[in-house]
Amino acid sequence: MAEARSAFDDLPGDLMIWVLIVSELLVFGAGLAAFLGVRITDPAGFAAAQDHLHRAAAGVNTVVLVTSGWLAALGAQAVEAGRLGRGRRFLAGATVLGALFLAIKAAEYGDMAAAGIGIETHAFFTFYYLVTGFHAAHVAAGIVVLPLVAARARAREVEAGVAFWHMVDLVWVLVFPVLYLLR
Amino acid sequence: MKYQSQKIALAYFLVAMALFAVQVTLGLVMGWVYVDGNFLSEILPFNIARMLHTNSLIVWLLLGFFGAAYYLIPEEAEREIHSTKLAWLQLAIFVLGTAGVVVTYLFNLFEGNFLLGKEGREFLEQPKWVKAGIVVAALIFLYNVSMTVLAGRKTAITNILLLGLWGLSLLFLFAFVNPSNLALDKMYWWYVVHLWVEGTWELVMASILAFLMLKLTGVDREVVEKWLYVIVAAALFSGILGTGHHYYWIGTPGYWQWIGSIFSSLEVVPFFAMMAFAFVMVWKGRRDHPNKAALLWSLGCATLAFFGAGVWGFLHTLHGVNYYTHGTQITAAHGHLAFFGAYVSLNLAIISYAMPVLKGRDPYNQVLNMASFWLMSGGMVFMTFTLTFAGTVQTHLQRVNGEAFMDVQDQLWIFYAMRFGSGVAVVLGVALFLYAILVPGKEIIEPGPLEQDRIAHDPDHVAAE
Repeated sequence: MAEARSAFDDLPGDLMIWVLIVSELLVFGAGLAAFLGVRITDPAGFAAAQDHLHRAAAGVNTVVLVTSGWLAALGAQAVEAGRLGRGRRFLAGATVLGALFLAIKAAEYGDMAAAGIGIETHAFFTFYYLVTGFHAAHVAAGIVVLPLVAARARAREVEAGVAFWHMVDLVWVLVFPVLYLLR
Repeated sequence: MKYQSQKIALAYFLVAMALFAVQVTLGLVMGWVYVDGNFLSEILPFNIARMLHTNSLIVWLLLGFFGAAYYLIPEEAEREIHSTKLAWLQLAIFVLGTAGVVVTYLFNLFEGNFLLGKEGREFLEQPKWVKAGIVVAALIFLYNVSMTVLAGRKTAITNILLLGLWGLSLLFLFAFVNPSNLALDKMYWWYVVHLWVEGTWELVMASILAFLMLKLTGVDREVVEKWLYVIVAAALFSGILGTGHHYYWIGTPGYWQWIGSIFSSLEVVPFFAMMAFAFVMVWKGRRDHPNKAALLWSLGCATLAFFGAGVWGFLHTLHGVNYYTHGTQITAAHGHLAFFGAYVSLNLAIISYAMPVLKGRDPYNQVLNMASFWLMSGGMVFMTFTLTFAGTVQTHLQRVNGEAFMDVQDQLWIFYAMRFGSGVAVVLGVALFLYAILVPGKEIIEPGPLEQDRIAHDPDHVAAE
């Protein structure tokens, strides 16, 4: 008797990438929840600390990363349709925008370091550096993963890589308003 | 037994069980010291007994893992172990090192000696020559099993097992890194201690459990492997940065409090997954394996590991909680149930499964073995509860009210007395287990008409092998 087909078999990419995605969302979700919890204890201090962030740069970065996600999605579609060259170009575009995101992020970190703001300066910055630093590490990982899956251009692998990239995107879209905008 | 070299496992299991007996006996002695503080204080000081209790635990668990590897790798790789001579040499080194450790701890003949003296780091007290011996033995082992696997069939079970065993051996090298700065010393110390029990050992556990499920339930290998990969991914994802939950108050930067709290909270996930895995496999099972005791230990292992390591670990892993509970009896409660559930039960499961096969017998003394499970586990669970209550009271009196340590200890006497009682139950359970495993009954029971009928007509039914 054959095993009944499970819903897991219909996931795009691989089951393991979804295990990773769910784990990542749990971690970032817990990080943001802890941030909001600690913020209750010192709303004025958190608001004052938040004013040191570059909201405009982060806003630009949001556009950059979402655009990158869009290119990655187009790339996955193209690869699935068998148009490998077109797919590779889209994935390359997504990777370049990922690198641009990191460059803008690095400039932001540099400015803050120059202003003498470190991870121990205030509880706000502890969360800021942990959450955005951890996110940036995932962007860096994506910059490695996307070219790797693009090189072989196999639909299943590209789907897995792009699913990871969308997770990085999604996390940023959640992190941005909570850390930068919430008053 | 399909492969002759599997027989090596028998020797490893026997030494492991002997050390298991030593370990619980010392546990009982210390349980009495908690009741009567001066008991044996001149002959066997508490700190020495504790070193022997924890060191013998680690060594016998490792020997059990090695035995399990020598038992299951030939079956998985479908070939004999590369060299049985090397396996014997490895065991000899371990036995010599263990004897050296016991003599060094008890008589302390070489205090302060670079090579021969004990090193005084909790759990890593072994003198350097023993540590070096452990590394040599580990290298021999890794060479031996890796050659076997490389030359044979590669399965997810052997891959994960080797990943765990290589990882734990490499991480042991941090036992040699001992900076004079106490904060750094502790930081590297956890690379061994934490990344063993909450990292690499979990991989070993998952793969042995997967092997047992494969054999005992007859579920498709493909299904077992999918679970195995998910469990291992969850264990590594949460366990590696989960190390941060040991970095709250040792001088490491404050951000570890959040990294540790968040990642270590997720450490409950792989343990829950292992429990779900074991029960789902039995539920889907298409084989009625005669070794019910091994199955009971496997399910008990997954369940008690979830509670001991997962739930009791989470209990005091958040830094806001740990600020108050750190180093109280809460830690002792967690330590006992976690080690018993995850690693002791796992070893007893594979021993219960393998011993009849290694002796060429049908599963024997099943009822005695299962009785020992309930006695040992019942005792351990009771001990966990008494220590948890003791720890809760201790936390309040000592950390909230600020009473002095020894004044608080006096007030916890009733819990320690009850803990000693549960310790007696555990030791009796161990004695029963050892008897059930080591003294097979002489008479062989003929299968009744029901069993004979199933053997004749049910293709999925496995006769006692």
